[in-house]
Amino acid sequence: MNQILQPFQFEFFRTGTIAAVLIGALCGLIGVYIVLRGMSYIGHGLSHAIFGGAVVSFVMGWNFYAGAGIWGFLAAILINQTVRRTKISADAAIGVITTASFAVGIVLISRYRRFTRSFDAALFGNILGVQFQDLLVIAGIFILVVLVIFFSYKQLLFTTFDSGVAEVYGVRTAWVDTLFALVLAAALIASMQILGVTLVAAALIIPAITARLLTDSFNRMIAFSTLIGAFSGFVGMYLSYYFDAASGATIVLLQAALFGCALLLTVIQKQTSRRLIGSHV
Amino acid sequence: MQPLVELHQVGFQYNTAPVLEDINLHIHPGQFAALVGPSGAGKTTLLKLILGMTTPTTGSVSMHAKDSQSKRKPIVGYVPQLETVDWNFPVTVEQVVLMGAIGRSHIWPWPKADERKRVQRLLEQLDIGGYAHQHILNLSGGQQQRVFLARALIAEPDFLVLDEPTTGVDMRTAEQMLHLLADLNHGGMTILMTTHDLNAAAAHVPWMICLNRQVIAQGSPECVLTPEILEATYHSDMIVFRQNGMLFVQPRPHGHTYHDILPNVVPGEVPMSTGELHNEPDTSTVPV
Repeated sequence: MNQILQPFQFEFFRTGTIAAVLIGALCGLIGVYIVLRGMSYIGHGLSHAIFGGAVVSFVMGWNFYAGAGIWGFLAAILINQTVRRTKISADAAIGVITTASFAVGIVLISRYRRFTRSFDAALFGNILGVQFQDLLVIAGIFILVVLVIFFSYKQLLFTTFDSGVAEVYGVRTAWVDTLFALVLAAALIASMQILGVTLVAAALIIPAITARLLTDSFNRMIAFSTLIGAFSGFVGMYLSYYFDAASGATIVLLQAALFGCALLLTVIQKQTSRRLIGSHV
Repeated sequence: MQPLVELHQVGFQYNTAPVLEDINLHIHPGQFAALVGPSGAGKTTLLKLILGMTTPTTGSVSMHAKDSQSKRKPIVGYVPQLETVDWNFPVTVEQVVLMGAIGRSHIWPWPKADERKRVQRLLEQLDIGGYAHQHILNLSGGQQQRVFLARALIAEPDFLVLDEPTTGVDMRTAEQMLHLLADLNHGGMTILMTTHDLNAAAAHVPWMICLNRQVIAQGSPECVLTPEILEATYHSDMIVFRQNGMLFVQPRPHGHTYHDILPNVVPGEVPMSTGELHNEPDTSTVPV
């Protein structure tokens, strides 16, 4: 028992675990909408765009959360508007806008080399470096996102299922998309410090597609994806402590392992039902 | 009578290619109309313009209150083409139908008790009462079509718009769908649908609009289904004949006469040819 509770003696582990569970659940929740909208690449792209915003806000002396958040939100809006108003597809718009934004960050870092070390955490994540103030921001964003998704559940569902038809039924889809862009940018800001630019996309997508494999119900998919995210955050932190491995990468590897199990389960289920049907013919 | 929908010199183009040109069209309250024409004629685009999903390049589209006393805009129900639906999306039949009630629902994520009852009643009326909690992919084509009709009907629309409701379903299901639409129309609902099935439309729909970039002709099936109008609409040689009091349209295979194809047709009843080509909007008598 003492062995199990041992890591909790350390404050950095307690804070890091709470942050990992909240971020895991948050990414799992939002990931459902991203996967079902067919925009899996947006998490990857926007986290890179936000990195550019983080560097700009550092250079300009702005608050990191405000500067990077506004930058990410504007990038998400720009992607939405480009897709809505032109014939450019979502993946192409994401590719252009977010990599250009990332490039701004790289140019600034190369111009002012003394900043390089400061952005290691943003690139690769640093759960164990999470401070109490960061935890408050993460908790605040988590509550905000849950409230937004709760109160715009029907509009989000209809817009995600069929945006064009939702508009006919009176859903203001442009507003819904803007609200979702805001929520996504906020979630990425919270996650980037923990998991890093390079791993955020995985944390957004893997729990959602794992949940999709396990259920055909939208509500259950939301519940499963959130739980998988939170569970892998908690267990991943433990494993990273005992294996002395990078926490963010361990969490993502655990999520990938859970996805592998769900995939295997689905394949076995399909083969069993095929065999059962075959034996009755 | 004030039209429910009014299109005035509407044009639409993608990039430089014109899709629709100079469309003048009125849909009157209580009308049941079928929009027919070849693939690429602009039928779906015209529906999208009417529904406000697309903005016309030229001209105007307006939707008026059902009666002149009321200022309330008509409630619109829309049944899209089944092929545009994401069938892998994890939603149940009940969830899809409830989407149609979004304008009247409360802010909470769960449906009201009476909404669930209305969904169940509607599904039973459409003979899919046992499927409320099934995933939409587990239904047959006809049942799927009725799910989306139920989503439109739960909004209690004044104006129902359907994009190819008889495509991809068997003849019996298509017949049932058209009977159902005729019943709804008799109850006072205005209906506009697109279809490729001219014969079924001739049997069930009292008003037809032939479209190929422009409105080629409109009127009752008797007036519109003529070899001349069909030639102008489809750029294809078609024969029109009547059997057992019903109108039929058949493309003429190259090098064949009527009697090669239809040896049992009563000679005095073929071919039908009573319609006239016209481009002007027909606002005279509207069958209700």
